[in-house]
Amino acid sequence: MSSETEIDTSRRGALKCLAFGGAGTLFMLSGGVLAPLDLAIAASKKHATRVSGIPLFLQISDTHIGFNKEANPDVAGTLKQTIDLINAMPVKPALAIHTGDITHLSKPQEFDAAAQLMSGLNISELHTVPGEHDVTDGLGTEYFSRFGKASANKGYYTFDHNGVHFVALVNVMNFKPNGLGAFGDAQLAWLEQDLKGRSASTPIVVFAHMPMWTIYEPWGWGTGDADQATSYLKRFGSVTVLNGHIHQIVQKVEGNITFHTARSTAYPQPTAGVGPGPGPLKVASDQLPKMLGITSIKVLAHPLSASLTDTTLG
Amino acid sequence: MLMKTSGRNLIDALAAAMLFAAAPISVIGIADAHEANSVVMKNFDFSPMSLTVKAGTSVTWQNMDGEPHTVTSVDGLFRSGALDQNDKYTFKFVKSGTYKYLCSIHPRMMAAIIVK
Repeated sequence: MSSETEIDTSRRGALKCLAFGGAGTLFMLSGGVLAPLDLAIAASKKHATRVSGIPLFLQISDTHIGFNKEANPDVAGTLKQTIDLINAMPVKPALAIHTGDITHLSKPQEFDAAAQLMSGLNISELHTVPGEHDVTDGLGTEYFSRFGKASANKGYYTFDHNGVHFVALVNVMNFKPNGLGAFGDAQLAWLEQDLKGRSASTPIVVFAHMPMWTIYEPWGWGTGDADQATSYLKRFGSVTVLNGHIHQIVQKVEGNITFHTARSTAYPQPTAGVGPGPGPLKVASDQLPKMLGITSIKVLAHPLSASLTDTTLG
Repeated sequence: MLMKTSGRNLIDALAAAMLFAAAPISVIGIADAHEANSVVMKNFDFSPMSLTVKAGTSVTWQNMDGEPHTVTSVDGLFRSGALDQNDKYTFKFVKSGTYKYLCSIHPRMMAAIIVK
């Protein structure tokens, strides 16, 4: 089975299109516009000529190292496959982000195993944000002792890369009674301050673990105070919001802001509202590669457009 | 369940049934009587969602789901860390009070221990 979606980005001349990857997502800077490109197609020499632009970065999410249940007894293996796929790309980006749930149970040995695997990634710069599975031991512990330095243990920070301003946010530490993720007032004030003086023409990439829009409230698939963050982002011409958490692709475009959730490298989750809760979706082992399937993206500069084909592996 | 034990008095039983329907608090006594001092996490819920114990009681939680859960008190008093399937966590409640807690992985899972 495959499905194809045509997305035209030329109307606004700004980033409004996002596509997606099977095991990971590669973002291309094409005509000044970020567009995602499937890793498998980037790694394929057959399709290499169709790809234009400079690889900017790629997104890995929800590796859940430590998970060993039947939905995928070998999450290390599927992460390794993802890394091999990335390393096989003829042109690799210099930067990768991991949008959280690096580990399944926040255990030191899980972080160690993840670090060991990720060290095989032939990419020089890796930036992370925590998922709720990474911080079950509380603030200032395993995740922060490993990744907290960049942010003085706050977890949120910014950096610039090739003229793009990246903002890493944490929405898994401050749960509100409504069960959604939250940034909290201190982080929101920091974000407002960070964005205040920047030119509206600066491309912005924001990444955080939980979706920054409400996809399904009964399962907590959203961020309660995300509207506040979005209000600071609205004035920018190109904003890309990248999340994980739900182990499936959901995307939304609102003005110049594109919201997108990535697939997991570990296991799928049910569609919103199907079953008792957002747990691992067990599928027959020959179906798993289909659930982790690939998406093929073509990026054209003239006219600026992207077309994506979502094709299952099996 | 309460009906059986209070069959001696129909009015009491009816009153209990009404309480059962009207206020979750009234469920506590029943759950307490039948499940001792334990709470399970199953299908993304704590069960019972409200448990009343005497001061000095140790309460044990067990996760029955394939997905990990945590027992994380809202005021920071206790925190289990991630409990994988079948993992248990025990905490002793010394002082009386109402202790709200949630699963920090699935924060819509909220419950309380009431210590008398």
